[in-house]
Amino acid sequence: MPDIPEIPSEISELGARVSAVLAQVESAESSDELTAILSAATGKTGPITVARKAMSQVDPTHRKSVGMRVQDAKTTIETAVEARRVGLGAAERTARVQAERMDLTEVVGTPTAGHIHPLTQAWEDLEDAFIGMGFTVAEGPHVETDWYNFDALNIPKGHPARDGFDSLYVNNGEEGSTVLRTHTSPVQIRTMQAQEPPIYIIAPGRVFRRDTADATHLPVFHQIEGLVIDKGIGLAHLAGTIEKFTQAFFGEEFHSRLRPNYFPFTEPSAEFDIQRPDGSWLELGGSGVVHPNVLRAGGIDPEEWSGFAFGFGIDRFLQIKHGVTDLREAFTNDIRFLEQF
Amino acid sequence: MRAVLSWMREFAPIAGEPEQIADQLTSLGLVVEEILTVGADWDGIVVARVLDLRSHPEADKIQLVDVDIGDGEALQICCGAFNMNVGDKVALATLGTTMPDGLEIARRKLRGEWSNGMICSSSELKLEASDSHGIMILETDAELGTPLSKALGAVTDIVFDIDVEGNRPDALSVIGITRDLAAKQGVPFVVPSPKVLEGGMPAAAVCSAEIVDLDLCPRFGLRVLRNVVNGPSPVWMQNRLIAAGMRPISTVVDISNYVMLETGHPNHTFDLDTIPGGALRIRRAKPGESLRTLDGTDRSLVAPDGSGIGRGLGDGVIANASDEAISLAGVMGGFTTEISDATTNVLLEAAVWDRMSIANTSRRLNLRSEASTRFERGVDHAGLERALDRFCELAAELADAEIAPGRVFADAPPVAPVIVTTRTSMVNQLLGTDLDAAAMVGLLNPIGFSCSNPTLSDGARFDVTVPSWRPDSTIEADIAEEIGRHFGFDNIENQVPVSIETGELTQLQRGRRRIRRAFATVGCAEAMPIPFLAPGDLAAAGLSGDALTLANPLVSEESVLRTSLLPGLLKAVAYNASHRRPDVRLFELGSVYHPTADGELPDEPEQVAAILGQTDATEAVRLLRGVAQSLGLDLRVKNAERAGLHPTRAAEVIFRGKTIGEVGEVDPAVAEAFEISGRVGWVQLDVAALAVGLTAVPKAKPVSRFPSSDLDLAFVVPGEVEASAVHDSLMKAGRPLVQSVELFDVFRSEQLGADRRSLAFSVRLQADDRTLSDEDVQSTRTKMINEVTKRHKAELR
Repeated sequence: MPDIPEIPSEISELGARVSAVLAQVESAESSDELTAILSAATGKTGPITVARKAMSQVDPTHRKSVGMRVQDAKTTIETAVEARRVGLGAAERTARVQAERMDLTEVVGTPTAGHIHPLTQAWEDLEDAFIGMGFTVAEGPHVETDWYNFDALNIPKGHPARDGFDSLYVNNGEEGSTVLRTHTSPVQIRTMQAQEPPIYIIAPGRVFRRDTADATHLPVFHQIEGLVIDKGIGLAHLAGTIEKFTQAFFGEEFHSRLRPNYFPFTEPSAEFDIQRPDGSWLELGGSGVVHPNVLRAGGIDPEEWSGFAFGFGIDRFLQIKHGVTDLREAFTNDIRFLEQF
Repeated sequence: MRAVLSWMREFAPIAGEPEQIADQLTSLGLVVEEILTVGADWDGIVVARVLDLRSHPEADKIQLVDVDIGDGEALQICCGAFNMNVGDKVALATLGTTMPDGLEIARRKLRGEWSNGMICSSSELKLEASDSHGIMILETDAELGTPLSKALGAVTDIVFDIDVEGNRPDALSVIGITRDLAAKQGVPFVVPSPKVLEGGMPAAAVCSAEIVDLDLCPRFGLRVLRNVVNGPSPVWMQNRLIAAGMRPISTVVDISNYVMLETGHPNHTFDLDTIPGGALRIRRAKPGESLRTLDGTDRSLVAPDGSGIGRGLGDGVIANASDEAISLAGVMGGFTTEISDATTNVLLEAAVWDRMSIANTSRRLNLRSEASTRFERGVDHAGLERALDRFCELAAELADAEIAPGRVFADAPPVAPVIVTTRTSMVNQLLGTDLDAAAMVGLLNPIGFSCSNPTLSDGARFDVTVPSWRPDSTIEADIAEEIGRHFGFDNIENQVPVSIETGELTQLQRGRRRIRRAFATVGCAEAMPIPFLAPGDLAAAGLSGDALTLANPLVSEESVLRTSLLPGLLKAVAYNASHRRPDVRLFELGSVYHPTADGELPDEPEQVAAILGQTDATEAVRLLRGVAQSLGLDLRVKNAERAGLHPTRAAEVIFRGKTIGEVGEVDPAVAEAFEISGRVGWVQLDVAALAVGLTAVPKAKPVSRFPSSDLDLAFVVPGEVEASAVHDSLMKAGRPLVQSVELFDVFRSEQLGADRRSLAFSVRLQADDRTLSDEDVQSTRTKMINEVTKRHKAELR
């Protein structure tokens, strides 16, 4: 076929040469090797370049189709190299992460986390519940005069109720004049003296009694006291406030009730109980309408203002909340107890 | 107070199931703690006689008792009580009996000895709530083997065990409780007048009384009973007493107790023939006086000291014509005038005593009785007559007594009844109710608060005469309480007052919360040691200075008020170390107490402290830095000696130029004194000072967008130069480009020379407005080096 110009071998053998390069690519084991293969294939003596150079010997009528063949060959090689490169990268990562395998259950050591005492937690929770109801938090000293602790609260000297408090007296000033407060109620008087009504306060705090420690009593314990002084306040407001607190703190399905009782500083006086969803009752604390003598001691006119007060133990709360059977355990400072909270 | 239902029904037709009645009583403030059923379920329990008592060969707490149940056989029982004697009659639960609490009695061996039944205590028979009296000894004529229910004539009865509050002396009686309950139920309440048939010489001819101290005894009444035949009281009375929690003793004593329980008014009986002329004088004790009480104890009496308060009131006595004390007023009778089996003529006394005097005497002598409890709370001034007459009525019927005509009284001028002017508006305000006067009167009248004199035509104001048995009721609020109790607290509609304030914590209160979280964040657990210390604790902790002491501590180990948190936390570490947790990290936030000038209340500053077991000072400083970082406060450390801390490993903590605490290591000698081995880290800060600092609101500084340059500088520094001083110099000299200076290495070696060390700092420089040039860095570096080398005799390494 003399009229058909001869096809240069650089072009006729291009397919086979590309196949050889592709085989090299398939067997390449690293990214560097692939780079070398690619530059050899597309370099000066590589099959693509030499095929391009041979194009001039090709009949012009075929040149276009031959040119496309050469371009396709180059693309094929580049695509293969890229595919192989991706494959190799995945394999390398796989190999690397395999080599880095860890057993996360065998980790040694724990950072030391601290713990807030469950009493503090209960105390703050109670504060927050009342703050949400518009109360502020009042405080007073632990070491009190007997006037604030007793006289001002309608418990005059010689009153039998004084003995009921099992007071711890402090050697300070006149004998019997200084006492570790037996309840948070002195804060009522101090607040009334310091602040004009209306008064909406709670007074959480540490209190002291001459009690031998047992599973439910400690000589040093904690109470929270509430006092409201405003116009026209009575027992109904006390009941409503206790009920609102009960539902806010324990949940909607809890309820409260008042029943008559006796305290020197309130009249009428009431014990308040909380009813659990199962219907059972929990005796919680004491309350009542502030006795006119107490208002007077605080410098407030009982004809103009009236109020109610209530109080209960925080320790008992934590005991019930966390199921602490022996309250003493909460105050031995045993880390094995503390770190549970 | 135990209210027996059948007894209550003598005064009012009380209706309802026991649980309903208990709920009604509780709603009145007479809280029912327990409902007891007496006389029930006694099948199989019979009267037995103790034949022999032997010790158990293998056990100290059990004895062997042989009993006879009427067949003449000795039946061996193992018994844990020791209060019976041979010949006593007891209640024996025979084999197969089911006890009221469900226990089945079977033949069983106790430490190798057979027990063929159980000898019962009164609580096991549900006659008493507690077992304080041991085995119940039966006072019965019934033959052996008689069923117990027959022997005691027991019928089923209901007993309400009521917790009576201090303001309700009237509720320490069957009549008082019934009055309240009848009013609640709306049923008629009637107390029959005692019928006393009198005969013989008038009482006034054989006895007399003179009250010397009217403030001790405003009323004193006597009656005379002749030819009294004493012996066991009838079964019905014994049952009532047992049900009410008292032990039957003899007719005269039982009547005395019965009348007290029924009326609430205690009484006392003397053997009239032991009192010359029957003449009595009522007075306070004299100095040095003593009295043998009927329990055979000689008691020294206390005379008044003139203070008129508490112990200073002195004891009250009843004396005879020779002015010798023969009875301790209201608390316990005397030995010489006590009723005996031979007594035939009885002088019966009922009185009103000063509440405080009785309270003090009974407390001082530790003689609390049913009588003293009632006198302390206040008995009914107008109740003497009924109490005396009721006694006589029962004694005539049960002890064949002849009642001498007339009562003999020595009285202070009568006390005018308390009348309280009551405004419906005030009552409605105090209760939150909307009741009219008629409704209030309707609630008050049935409980003896009689109402009169509406002074306004609409009845908005009326007078209430308080009954003599309610000495606690004196003001309008008391009347409101009575109305509220009988209206029912449950019937008052809830109202919620609206606070116009914003509920919030103060800055100090918020500060405390943040401080606690900061210490928890750095790994400390919150401890709460008791604030009381033993006398040597502060000294052992290396602390001096005055501390307050308790006048009446429970134990001497808890008699000093702490002036530092250190001793309590040291004890906590020692406690945990002894439980194999020596490396605890605890913190406490609490008050300490410092005495002030005469009579003033002490200062109560609040401190927060952390204690770190098995940890040295460096770790304590790191912890302090963590806390400071968490709180956002710039707390500086300055080496200083601190009491209780390691002499060369302690520092002050400085905040805004003031010392607010300390950090370091506990003095090894102190740790040793508290039995702690190993180093103990310590941080202590003043809470108020921290809280003030926490109120500052940090202002944001723009973060530079330009790159920073780091450089390290190491200096060889003399030993006395504090690292913090070098740090401060670098910060100062590096201005304005220096961003941070961190000490990252401390190095000592012989080459550096003794007492010299190398301190290496990493410094970061940055400008807000440009990328730093080499010259910026170089000039700042030079300034820093010059400053440190010049100021601290340091050399650049």
